[in-house]
Amino acid sequence: MALRMSKPFTVKLLALSTLSVLALSACSQGSATKQETAAPSEGGDPKTVVRYMNFSANGGNEETLGAIEAAFEAANSDIDVQIETLPYDDYFTKLQTAVAGKTVSDAFELNYENFVTYAASGALAEIPVSNAAAYSPRVFEAFQHDGKQLGLPVSFSNVVLFYNKDLFDKAGLDYPTADWTWQDEQKAAEAITDKAAGVWGDYQPISFHEFYKALEQAGGSFLNEDGTAATIATPEGEAAAKWLVEKSGTSMPTEADGAGTPDFDTNLFKEGKLGMWHSGIWMFGGLAEVEDLNWDIAVEPGDAQKASALFANGAAVSATSQNVEAAAKWVEFLTSSKEMVDLRLEKAWELPPVADDALFAPYLEQTPPANRQAVIDSLDAIAMPPVVVQQQEMQDIVGEELSNAAAGRKDVATALKDAQERINNVIK
Amino acid sequence: MTSAAHTWEPIATRKKKTDWKRYGWLAFFLLPSAIPLAIFVFRPMISSLWISLHEWNLISDMKWVGLENYSKLLSSDQTWDIIGHTLLYIAGYLPIVYFGGLALAVLLNQKIYGRAFFRSAYFLPVITSWVVVALVWQWLLNPSNGLVNQVLGFLNLPQPGWWTDPVWAMPSVILASAWKDLGFVMVILLAGLQAVPGDVLEAAKMDGTNAWQRFWRITFPLLSPSSFFVIVISLINGFQVFDQVYMMTGGGPSGSSQVIVGQIYDLTFRYGRAGEASALSWILFLLIMLVTAFQLVGQKRWVHNA
Repeated sequence: MALRMSKPFTVKLLALSTLSVLALSACSQGSATKQETAAPSEGGDPKTVVRYMNFSANGGNEETLGAIEAAFEAANSDIDVQIETLPYDDYFTKLQTAVAGKTVSDAFELNYENFVTYAASGALAEIPVSNAAAYSPRVFEAFQHDGKQLGLPVSFSNVVLFYNKDLFDKAGLDYPTADWTWQDEQKAAEAITDKAAGVWGDYQPISFHEFYKALEQAGGSFLNEDGTAATIATPEGEAAAKWLVEKSGTSMPTEADGAGTPDFDTNLFKEGKLGMWHSGIWMFGGLAEVEDLNWDIAVEPGDAQKASALFANGAAVSATSQNVEAAAKWVEFLTSSKEMVDLRLEKAWELPPVADDALFAPYLEQTPPANRQAVIDSLDAIAMPPVVVQQQEMQDIVGEELSNAAAGRKDVATALKDAQERINNVIK
Repeated sequence: MTSAAHTWEPIATRKKKTDWKRYGWLAFFLLPSAIPLAIFVFRPMISSLWISLHEWNLISDMKWVGLENYSKLLSSDQTWDIIGHTLLYIAGYLPIVYFGGLALAVLLNQKIYGRAFFRSAYFLPVITSWVVVALVWQWLLNPSNGLVNQVLGFLNLPQPGWWTDPVWAMPSVILASAWKDLGFVMVILLAGLQAVPGDVLEAAKMDGTNAWQRFWRITFPLLSPSSFFVIVISLINGFQVFDQVYMMTGGGPSGSSQVIVGQIYDLTFRYGRAGEASALSWILFLLIMLVTAFQLVGQKRWVHNA
């Protein structure tokens, strides 16, 4: 069939097509810039909507966060908080694409390691704090940048030494104490290891987070004083790296044994086949559910000095939010209200960043572990992660070079020298 | 001359008018695919070209750097290592998938028992998600308790470290990829084989040729359009390899299996260097275009078009 049509009709057709393209393009734009409002509050004024994105409620604490939200909305009837919870693995990809696409929520969670990248990039609004004294000073200051409070600490958690009492009893060993050093740990690990039975003495991930902490335990420091260069190719760095990699294959499972795959270490400990385990206090809930697992915790052993890893999560307000004031109000409630403290401790969902240690009393009374006091004692000497703008790249470099050393592809000194050189190229 | 010019002009004008109508309708009918193409392909392509001229971590404001990202990438050893890994992947993957697919197609083109079942069975991995396939292969190639190493151990053969060993990480990915894509190549070549005219083969048989001669002299040359299609598609897929690497090795150990698209992903979403990542995307685009153009020109020498 021949195609026939008049010229004006063709023009109309093309005009229509162009319009539809434009309309569709407009649809693909984000809607972040519009000021959102929800159903009216009791007074009749529309509620201000505050969207909050987070990862730490994912996997079991969604309801607790929901309860904090409900308490906030009860006290602030003019604000409607809308929560979006995402798994940690996808969280930062989603967050940065949301910032890039200008669709980011009004407030969002950030961990301490990523805070600097966002703060330095101008993505965060300053938060007016009404009661700074309520916060534990160390974690409060961690979320300051260039003298401005660009985030507030939401929670913190730390790493302790978990141990299986039955395996210690079987090997005729004393349980770990807060005075233990690396040597004590190593001796016990070797005594417990029974490769034929699939029992390992120790597990400590060969990772950036374990390395910077071990480096401080050995008396060293990851970055120089002004944070412009890595200082890991040092005798302390070598001691720390050797402590991590030399256990691999002797008293600790190797990558080929499955180490590094998801939940490998958790399952090994739950099955009663791991003597000691360096892990976080967020594991308490999961381990408490395992029947016949006889376990407790101790402050992590040190070397030249003690140093325990501290992970801090914070909440920040987006610089592009149209509701900065309402969002800041929510963030302050989320991080310092009494309702939040009570709910967190009741549900054993990480620890609230409060200044008053007495508030932890109900938390310390719960068992297992019997020695919950070790969580608080660990805070006497903490090692905060070294932070730079190119954080992820720095962490990947350390992980890669340490795995080179663990697999014997490089000796420890060369791996550290290469890591230091690569990091300095990235952060300069 | 004058009269000739006189008759020539109206025809041209009429032809032009017809074209205008034709193109109008064509444009209208193409809109359903042209609009998504414009929004989801061309617009991002132009954006990425713009981004590639900037320093940008997705969070802060963009900073103009001109061609610096390109020069930085081209002068970095890491870029050439990554291009090398991608070419190594193609060099391992393409022959296995092509000749393996060809062998299967020839075999399953015979009248054998259970032919339909085998055809479906070999195609099954093609429609299976890469996440599942990668997990299965990670288990099969587990250095300590994987099935492959257990069989090798039983036969007293050396047991490689597969995805935990920098030397064997890429071969692990190649093996899994070839296994997954074999069915796709088989189906295309099978269709090609079925289009080979039976009378030609029969005539050749009557002329006293043996099976190998018929395959090599008649079937294989007549299969060349299908082969060309398979090779072009596999090469493009090879350059764009990502899912299996991301799932199986994450580019490791020590970056030994990092490929171009994996690096683009890492640069953008892990390291906040979207400018460099966009520049690398354009380098990849030009590389694929060059190789495909080379193939299109080269095909005249060996592809028998009916």
